[in-house]
Amino acid sequence: MLNAKTKRAAATAAVAAAVTSAAAAAGADGRNAFGQPDLQGYWTNNTVVPFERPPELADKPFFTEEEAAEFTRRRLGPQETEPGTAEDVHYQLTDFGLDHSQNGVVPNLRTSLVVDPPNGRLPPLKPEAAEAARRRVEYQREHGFDSAQDRSLAERCIIWSHQIPIIPVGYNSNLQIYQARDYAVIQTEMMPDARIVPLDGRPPLPDAIRQWLGDSRGRYEGDALVIETTNFTGKSNIRGMPPGALLSRDARVTERFERVDDDRLLYRATVEDPFNWAVPWTIEYPLARIEGPMFEYACHEGNYGLANTLSGARAEERAAAEAARKGGGEND
Amino acid sequence: MPRFLGPSVRVPLAWLGALLAAGTAAQTPAPLEELPRMPSGVPDLTGVWQALGEAHWNIEPHAAMHGTVASLGAQNAVPPGLGVVEGGAIPYRPEAKAQRDANFANRGTLDPEIKCYRPGVPRATYMPYPFQIIQTEGDILIAYEYAGASRTIYMSNHVEAPVDSWMGWSNGRWEGDTLVVEVTGQNGQTWLDRAGNFGSANMRVVERYTPLGPNHLHYEALIEDPTVYTRPWKISLPLYRRIEPGARILEFKCPEFAEALLYDHLRKGASTETD
Repeated sequence: MLNAKTKRAAATAAVAAAVTSAAAAAGADGRNAFGQPDLQGYWTNNTVVPFERPPELADKPFFTEEEAAEFTRRRLGPQETEPGTAEDVHYQLTDFGLDHSQNGVVPNLRTSLVVDPPNGRLPPLKPEAAEAARRRVEYQREHGFDSAQDRSLAERCIIWSHQIPIIPVGYNSNLQIYQARDYAVIQTEMMPDARIVPLDGRPPLPDAIRQWLGDSRGRYEGDALVIETTNFTGKSNIRGMPPGALLSRDARVTERFERVDDDRLLYRATVEDPFNWAVPWTIEYPLARIEGPMFEYACHEGNYGLANTLSGARAEERAAAEAARKGGGEND
Repeated sequence: MPRFLGPSVRVPLAWLGALLAAGTAAQTPAPLEELPRMPSGVPDLTGVWQALGEAHWNIEPHAAMHGTVASLGAQNAVPPGLGVVEGGAIPYRPEAKAQRDANFANRGTLDPEIKCYRPGVPRATYMPYPFQIIQTEGDILIAYEYAGASRTIYMSNHVEAPVDSWMGWSNGRWEGDTLVVEVTGQNGQTWLDRAGNFGSANMRVVERYTPLGPNHLHYEALIEDPTVYTRPWKISLPLYRRIEPGARILEFKCPEFAEALLYDHLRKGASTETD
């Protein structure tokens, strides 16, 4: 088994590999055979930059190079816990799974993925939305383990909350872009729904058709692919939203994949949702080209976790009922 | 090589004659200039396609029969079909034939489609849902409406399947105007239809997509699996472009439709919660 130091050295090498493995087929002008800015290929958004800016960095949108290196080093280091504590007993992802350090991260001097509002934090929920979120959290506290339908969409393998807008996840934080003449396709490795984006100016879906990933329309603007997505269900959330809050049916997400060079893209996404927020908010981060392929993530087919979670909850209920029965007997 | 019109353009009247001709002379490729083509000159198969017919019920010839859910009556009955297997019957080894018959007898519970599992190849092609081909300068994506399943067809850098998966590993190449795709690395847990026909993880499928005109493909799949069949065998069927304006695949995220079936015995207060 590799020790932590060796792992970190390997991780550093992986970072370098992640950002230098050019496999671009673009012409000298950065365009593909359709004349579109060439965005095609495998990309990673793996990062240590937090979604919202930590309060202690409130007025500091960017690190210096040295600060970023130190922040990255600390975030990629092994999880430090005190021996003998409950926290010390945990799944060691570095040894038994995949974590950031093994995948390599994309260099980024920002202190948050949220770039607008300028404080790097989401705007506060409007009162009505905050109240709805509070009620959902309260319901979940009571009923969160009652049935499959009470578990999260991610546990149910319906969608994950990082798919639109695309938000970095803990591992396999990769995506693939396909470009055809009249379509672009965005596919994230974790929940690999092919989000097919028509580019031919067709009208949006009828209002009655609501989809978990909404309905996307795209166009090229200069060196960027711009995608607008509406027709959400009102039943999904975005990773980073406050607990219990859901994206409303009126939400609109505008994404921009801008070609920087053969090996780098800049991703920017703005979320407008007047039910939740008085103002829009925006995230931005770089994507680095990686070598493929991406493997099939068959979430639902291998979903033992959902059954085990419910089974565990039922076992706890039976144990509690049994204890209450015995306790009651002793009191008699 | 001049650039021809993409598939999203209106079909000129002249094509209609070609379509009729294609219908009467199956497998005769249409004159090349009528196909949408990529800048490189190969056919551009990008578009929404779907099989018509009864193959998803049973790829072998079959008469109409009762469905598996009595309460749904005629709505759940199996429509008759001529089958898509060349020669009619799948050449099963005797023990595999017995397995198929057992699958058939229990199809109302064992068919992976019931649980919303990815369908594998070739079943994904003729399920009663459209699929969309996205053809790029490099690799090709096929996205299926059913279950949000998809697969990449690698057109270069061919490698052996690194790991088994539900949709397998697809290496593609062009033979003239025919897209030939070799599919290996399927996990052996998929079926070929709703009647329990199946292959194993050793199955090798060679698909051929041949344009018959701008709106029709001839689809063939040669299936080899010496552990299950006595010889390679073939299915063939036409695929039709969905030509209605705005045709697209929509979201069919079916895990939620299978949840009651898969998890309700673990619901709080369920009578069989001790399972």
